[in-house]
Amino acid sequence: MKIVVCIKQVPDTTEVRINPVTGTLIREGVPSIMNPDDKGGLEYALQLKDKFGAHVTVITMGLPQAEAILREALAMGVDRAILLTDRKLGGADTLATSSAIAGALRTMDFDLIITGRQAIDGDTAQVGPQIAEHLDLPQVSYMEDLQYDEATKTFTIKKQLEDGYQILEMHAPCVVTALASSVQPRYMTVSGIVDAWDKEVEVWGADRINVPDEHIGKAGSPTSVFKSFPKQLKPAGQTFEVSPEEAVELIVNKLKEKHII
Amino acid sequence: MNLAEYKDVYVFAEQRNGKLQNVALELLGKARELADANNEKVVAMLLGKDVKPLAQTLIEHGADRVMVVDNDLLKDYMTEPYTQAITAIIEKEKPSILLIGATTIGRDLGPRVSARNRTGLTADATKLEISDDEAHEFRMTRPAFGGNLMATILCKNHRPQMSTVRPGVMQKMAADTNRKGEVVDFNVDFNVDKINRVKLVKTVKEEKTVTDISEAKILVSGGRGVGTKDGFAKLEALAKELGGEVSSSRAMVDAGVMDASRQVGQTGKTVRPALYMACGISGAIQHLAGMEESDYIVAINKDKFAPIFQVADLGIVGDLHKIVPMLTERLKTMQK
Repeated sequence: MKIVVCIKQVPDTTEVRINPVTGTLIREGVPSIMNPDDKGGLEYALQLKDKFGAHVTVITMGLPQAEAILREALAMGVDRAILLTDRKLGGADTLATSSAIAGALRTMDFDLIITGRQAIDGDTAQVGPQIAEHLDLPQVSYMEDLQYDEATKTFTIKKQLEDGYQILEMHAPCVVTALASSVQPRYMTVSGIVDAWDKEVEVWGADRINVPDEHIGKAGSPTSVFKSFPKQLKPAGQTFEVSPEEAVELIVNKLKEKHII
Repeated sequence: MNLAEYKDVYVFAEQRNGKLQNVALELLGKARELADANNEKVVAMLLGKDVKPLAQTLIEHGADRVMVVDNDLLKDYMTEPYTQAITAIIEKEKPSILLIGATTIGRDLGPRVSARNRTGLTADATKLEISDDEAHEFRMTRPAFGGNLMATILCKNHRPQMSTVRPGVMQKMAADTNRKGEVVDFNVDFNVDKINRVKLVKTVKEEKTVTDISEAKILVSGGRGVGTKDGFAKLEALAKELGGEVSSSRAMVDAGVMDASRQVGQTGKTVRPALYMACGISGAIQHLAGMEESDYIVAINKDKFAPIFQVADLGIVGDLHKIVPMLTERLKTMQK
């Protein structure tokens, strides 16, 4: 079995703070990490490697420094790592991103493609299903469990819904998008970290993927950002440092005034 | 692509087991506004099996036309048949705008439809508007960078202009039983081979998620400062006294204290209750994104620098473990 896991390097958005005076982002010192849902997806792939001897490749599209998450994946135990990086791929929205990654995948052998459900910097949850569409493959998103039956070559997937879940079956080749919360990713091992530096990270440019220029980068993006701005928080109300008794009075009076009680 | 051929605002009317999802009606309310700004129609796309009786509700909430695709293949939501049906409607009817609820279903369907039709899809917009200049541009605003920034997105040269919208963000119109609309049966020539590539074994409903916090008028919400299940018992007592529900921040879900279905925020639910009481919640930007539209926000926190005070209408610097039980007792005596 051959598995390709698509991963992304993202800023750790939980570490981002707002300057309370200016209302702007404090970006300094925000660490870059492997996107949590992608890491969950990678763990599912490595579990299939443990059980069935699957060959696991990771691919990421991004800036050259995204090599860091590929090294991390190698240290966790993947067999092959590919960095897709090219100026021509920059400025891409989800459709152009998925077109480029699908182009890379088209040149590879695989039975299963795993992506994270969504990346924490964009929260779109679009690239996984769009990759599946470009490759004309079936897909199940919001995966919270994955089983494989070797005899029938069937993947059985538990898909999360708001009010329950579904059990679905697919055959290779197919695409799943994984939830981070459903699995505990393994740690890098010491020998894994040492070995990771001896392994090659393949660097691919846009010329490797055979996708027309009008489908990648800014040119291949139907959407564009018209403007971006810091979130306008509503004006703060009043804050009181008072005894618990006084606090209760304040709350009761306000709730009465607002006809809530 | 001749953009002038594309018109009207289409809404995916999500239903589950023959029950329309609230977000479908919320989207119709917004679609009505957008369509009126351009003198266009609102069209609801109703997919399923034996779902036609739901069309009237869609008309009462703002649809001018309901396109019904009724087929056994659409009984339960599945990516491929739903994508085929929506794509068939797009190809025939040429919508200018297409809105989908950002549920687990909509966020699975939307990207697949956008890629098949090679058009743009804005994820989880919080504001949709037609610009009031001559361009009459469709502008979609959404949180970016984990909710730290807002970005306004355009889809200039591709149609339909697609967006998903999270439940609870838009407001539905009051039902008007006198509204008239057209109900049209739409036939789709399904590619069954493609559909059969995924087999649905079963759909399981889980009872524990019955309470929908986004429907609650009053939420007593707890964060790290509440700490434990015992801490939440105090919040539950207060919520009961106020006639509300208990919700929580992500920290308490990650810690296993609260169920994920009660999580408020970027990765949880968006809520806009009449009263939101944030107890021991510091107010990470991801949490604020899910609750700052609440009508009235009371925050209780030990740390006077906690960001939650920046959005609170009434802030109390103090110990929730003392204040919450006292408030509960006070409310009890008031009732008598």
